[in-house]
Amino acid sequence: MPDEVVIVGGGQAGYQIAASLRTEGYAEPVFLIGDEPHLPYQRPPLSKAFVVGKQDQTRLLLRPESYYAGHQIELLSGEKVIGIERSTRKVRLKSGRELSYSKLVLALGARNRRLQIPGADLDGVCYLRTLGEAVELKQRLEQAHDVVVIGGGFVGLEVAASARSLGKNVTVIEALPRLMARAVGTSISEFIRSAHAERGTEIIPDAHVAEIRGCGSKAKQLVLGNGRPIDADLIVIGIGIVPHTDLAHEAGLPVENGIAVDEFLRTSDENIFAIGDCAQYPSAFSGSRVRLESVQNAVDQGVSVARTIAGKPAPYAAVPWFWSDQFEIRLQMAGLPHGHDRHVVRGEPQSGKFSVFHFRGAMLCSVDSVNRPADHLAARKLLAAKTVLSPEQAADASLDLRIL
Amino acid sequence: MPKITYISHAGEKFQIDVPNGESVMEGAVRNGIDGIVAECGGSCLCATCHVYVDEAFLPLLPAIDEEQDAMLDSTACERMPNSRLSCQIAVRPELDGLIVRMPEYQK
Repeated sequence: MPDEVVIVGGGQAGYQIAASLRTEGYAEPVFLIGDEPHLPYQRPPLSKAFVVGKQDQTRLLLRPESYYAGHQIELLSGEKVIGIERSTRKVRLKSGRELSYSKLVLALGARNRRLQIPGADLDGVCYLRTLGEAVELKQRLEQAHDVVVIGGGFVGLEVAASARSLGKNVTVIEALPRLMARAVGTSISEFIRSAHAERGTEIIPDAHVAEIRGCGSKAKQLVLGNGRPIDADLIVIGIGIVPHTDLAHEAGLPVENGIAVDEFLRTSDENIFAIGDCAQYPSAFSGSRVRLESVQNAVDQGVSVARTIAGKPAPYAAVPWFWSDQFEIRLQMAGLPHGHDRHVVRGEPQSGKFSVFHFRGAMLCSVDSVNRPADHLAARKLLAAKTVLSPEQAADASLDLRIL
Repeated sequence: MPKITYISHAGEKFQIDVPNGESVMEGAVRNGIDGIVAECGGSCLCATCHVYVDEAFLPLLPAIDEEQDAMLDSTACERMPNSRLSCQIAVRPELDGLIVRMPEYQK
């Protein structure tokens, strides 16, 4: 009996574990099943270079088609797993096919959170997660004049920056008092807000959309909770994602905010792992169970489980990091800010280059950097090594963090 | 189209035509060459497309900026004076014949 590995999900995490199994010398059959019709591709450029026409579809692919056959990875695109039979270690596919597994990896990803208001189903209301959605958004952007983005998180703000760089009138509506509130501190939120505002985008915080009005089936205007109308011929909704957990839940695996896994990214079934956006794991960095949505998380968890399956298990302990590019601003985050009680700023926000170091007690827990790549890299290393750094040292821009 | 030669750590040579404007990293990834990982997709964020550039071509490359310099300090294999991130080398006609050697590992 061969030791088949079946990977459910053809996104960044799914691709990565397939590739890493081969890098690690795993020689048994590997199946990679993705429900999108494309070869595995990169999502980060969709909101940036792709929608503005600077990076075409073929340049999004993680690897060419020949790579999969060349590495004995059986890629099933446009195919979907509809059930897991744990007792017989089989998955059932939509096409009717069944696959046996020795190890099953759930890299199921997530879906867009839908906005539930009147008019949200009108033509001209878009979401962005998949390549298919990005192709539609790109086409609509070419025609649009007034673009309204609902949601001031990373995806929403990246789309807003792209739309503004194409010369569109852009408005961003955020429900919370500040932008990216879940991910960064107040000084970064404010810096990004003013960066968008200076370039002519209207940012409306602390607001919600009551309804979207159409002309026929086409969206024309939206109305805020305070009654203010805003013209819009393209509305992009970026209000977060919901992890895909149904398949795990139906198979009787514990699900919280994501599929619950241990430090080896294993579910309660020792033959089933979950990685990437859909997995909730115990983080050594926050001391809590977290579910992260990032390329780094998808890649490093894929590598980690590949090593475990290949017989070299180690607890997952990679430092989380994130990035967002908006206009010419590069925002980079390392670590997790959960529960921080103190922060210091390194560099001058007015210069457009600064970092914010967050501490939980005496421990550095996260660093957000604006156009300070060296700080970001140093932060990743400091966090990985659990190096003790005082807030005073962090704030001293003349101190070279690399020597600590 | 400029020809780029990629040499693996084990000494295997791959000669690839890479269109002007694309990066040396993309040339490798689009042809499925192992040895260049490019986790971040070419955003100068991960240092997994590290290459050692043939000395003869170094003068033709743009200066290493602050961002690349920081990333090169984080490569899995040792940084050398001819280390570059291949995502930061845009192919142009003068780079025809460029030779890059790939490190033993990227992660």
